[in-house]
Amino acid sequence: MATFEYAPAPESRAVVDIQPSYGLFIGGEFVEPATGGVLKTVNPATEEVLAEVAVADEADVDRAVRAAREAQSRVWGRLPGAERAKYLYRIARILQERAREFAVLETLDNGKPIKESRDVDVPLAAAHFFYHAGWADKLRWAGLPTAGPDGEPRPLGVVGQVIPWNFPLLMLAWKIAPALATGNTVVLKPAETTPLTALLFAQVCQQAELPPGVVNILTGAGETGAAVVAHPDVDKVAFTGSTDVGRLIARTVAGSRKRVTLELGGKAANVVFDDAALDQAVEGIVNGIFFNQGHVCCAGSRLLVQESVADDVVARLQRRLRTLRVGDPMDKNTDVGAINSKAQLLKITELVNAGDAEGAQRWTAPCELPQTGYWFAPTVFTGVSPTHRIAREEIFGPVLSVLTFRTPEEAVAKANNTPYGLSAGIWTEKGSRILWMADRLRAGVVWANTFNRFDPASPFGGYQESGYGREGGRHGLAEYVAGAH
Amino acid sequence: MSTTAAPNHLARAHDVLGAASVDDTALRRYLHGLPGVDEVGADARAAGLATRSIKTSAKAWALDLAVRIIDLTTLEGADTTGAVRALCAKARRPDPEDPACPPVAAVCVYNDLVPVAVEALAGSGVAVAAVATAFPSGRASLAVKLADTRDAVAAGADEIDMVIDRGAFLTGRYLQVFEEIAAVRAACAEGRPDGGAAHLKVILETGELVTYDNVRRASWLAMLAGADFIKTSTGKISPAATLPVTLVMLEAVRDWFEVTGAVVGVKPAGGIRTAKDAIRHLVLVNETAGPDWLDPARFRLGASSLLNDVLLQRRRMAIGAYAGPDHLTLPL
Repeated sequence: MATFEYAPAPESRAVVDIQPSYGLFIGGEFVEPATGGVLKTVNPATEEVLAEVAVADEADVDRAVRAAREAQSRVWGRLPGAERAKYLYRIARILQERAREFAVLETLDNGKPIKESRDVDVPLAAAHFFYHAGWADKLRWAGLPTAGPDGEPRPLGVVGQVIPWNFPLLMLAWKIAPALATGNTVVLKPAETTPLTALLFAQVCQQAELPPGVVNILTGAGETGAAVVAHPDVDKVAFTGSTDVGRLIARTVAGSRKRVTLELGGKAANVVFDDAALDQAVEGIVNGIFFNQGHVCCAGSRLLVQESVADDVVARLQRRLRTLRVGDPMDKNTDVGAINSKAQLLKITELVNAGDAEGAQRWTAPCELPQTGYWFAPTVFTGVSPTHRIAREEIFGPVLSVLTFRTPEEAVAKANNTPYGLSAGIWTEKGSRILWMADRLRAGVVWANTFNRFDPASPFGGYQESGYGREGGRHGLAEYVAGAH
Repeated sequence: MSTTAAPNHLARAHDVLGAASVDDTALRRYLHGLPGVDEVGADARAAGLATRSIKTSAKAWALDLAVRIIDLTTLEGADTTGAVRALCAKARRPDPEDPACPPVAAVCVYNDLVPVAVEALAGSGVAVAAVATAFPSGRASLAVKLADTRDAVAAGADEIDMVIDRGAFLTGRYLQVFEEIAAVRAACAEGRPDGGAAHLKVILETGELVTYDNVRRASWLAMLAGADFIKTSTGKISPAATLPVTLVMLEAVRDWFEVTGAVVGVKPAGGIRTAKDAIRHLVLVNETAGPDWLDPARFRLGASSLLNDVLLQRRRMAIGAYAGPDHLTLPL
């Protein structure tokens, strides 16, 4: 019997130049932090330290907000939209020119496969800047409230943005592009474990000669983020991350004049009917929960499969998972990379153990995991009931919970039976059923016969505990201008 | 209803269809009850697998396999004895400067040139495949198609590449398509000089079937009727063998094996010109039907100019530089 062994196909690290340490990016320059705190950021696939980054304290946050305010009132807020557009186009072009550098850096810092950084994260990030560059001079036709006498929508001012570690560069693009396009300036805090592409982006801002203070990048951990959110001179807060932190933020800004958008967690249902195109549905299930190691807020972490095809679908899924390649994220043939941090690995393990204890049946894809680094093999739980923790709580890892249903009504009820409401998937060849389901699913994003498809023109966001507000499209622009709420 | 299907194929068809008789109703019910194929999803899966990076030792292995699974083909009105002899010489010894280069799997010709190919390939282990059944259109009476087949078999063809009646398929006359395949299969066992049976490849002409649902249904219909191989195209129209179509056919043979335990091969043909294309097909096989299908008994590539590109890449891997085109021989 032949075996087609794929030889190692490593992407080279030579294209990136990681400094041993980085300062904070404030007012167009890299500066030392006020109290000199540092954090180390690690490659989760090897546990090697990549760099030291600064920890911004309240004094640094204040300095950054003042720089952002000055830039907004003196320069950025006075530029016509067409001029703002030019800077955004320039940033987009530089992202594309330096695409390989960004992809490699993202993979080293985050642990996701190079195939994904290269083919998904970086192209989508550039696309967001291109898209919003196109809107910057056309805002008066975007159906937004026009508060100014000249008929142009007015910016909010200074925006504080806190982003997660799962798509570091892409989440930065989702935040910064619409903010700048609408005339706001930004103080952004990247996640503690993934600061490097944000810092490279700061260099791109310099390369694009963006006016100083328009974008400020403050590295740090939870306290830095809290200081950004709480700063009295921030006009709007945009946060993507866990529901728990989102709640804290909502409490912090309650009663203030700050506008807030929150994009939080999910426990999305991927619903497969008995008349689904089964091979493609299996691909959709795999994509839904194993793409980006399951570190996706809109991941299809619950498979709701019609009972009459459940055994067939699970068998096909298990067969398919045997061809998933788990390992070195820098290898171009790797499909599933490393878990982003030890802390996240512990959370995943704890919930998976709960799944075992509650009586679900665990199946793990056979694969050899590397000795160093943080790894979790793709896992499928069957015999899951709606009361199990693995059916209710967001695991944020490569773990799928399989539940069954018998009728479309039951599928809807089970899919909606969650405090979250970010996304859902429907797999059926029957068009009328797609429309029927989409009408009833309480999810901000519904995918039909596909999953994890994103586009800058398509508004993204959830219901209930998945947050409020939308990012992308005209709905996303509305979050950054005055008068919309 | 009469059928010339061999008793075991007909019995198996009864079993799989779960029907008292093999008729249009039963076939339609079964074929239309197979899971659909989502075109966007199938295209995306094929495109995703096309990003596999096959280098160094993996590439060398794949290139060697690529040579061994090629059905080197000439199907031109202007084909002559001399042209076919030249092609057969190349089939036996693809790379004149490398005796270690394996021969191809087969040579594929029009059936009046089968005797020439049989003589030229004697003792080489390279099979002789003949196209039959009024290739490429399939528009002729069953009697003519069977006579076409019998001629090729009697002349010594090891393999018959037949075409299905696409008109019948597209109008839902599945029983007619089934019976024609069964009849051709029976003809493959008649009058061979050595008494064995020629193996049968059934060409679906996927470019004319258009939808992936049709490709899936035609694949299953061919397998029910006793195909040894299902083949994408005649190579005479475009589109011929695309990656998503090959993917759907590999899924079909994989699922057929699960249901019946029987092995059917897949042959993409037409439009595969570069070593890169060939390697992409091999990746599809590896990750769909599985490594057992990475063998000339279960997977072939119908091509002509592909061989030289594979040899060029093979040589580059061995010597570290690209040879000029004159270091490779013309196929004809």
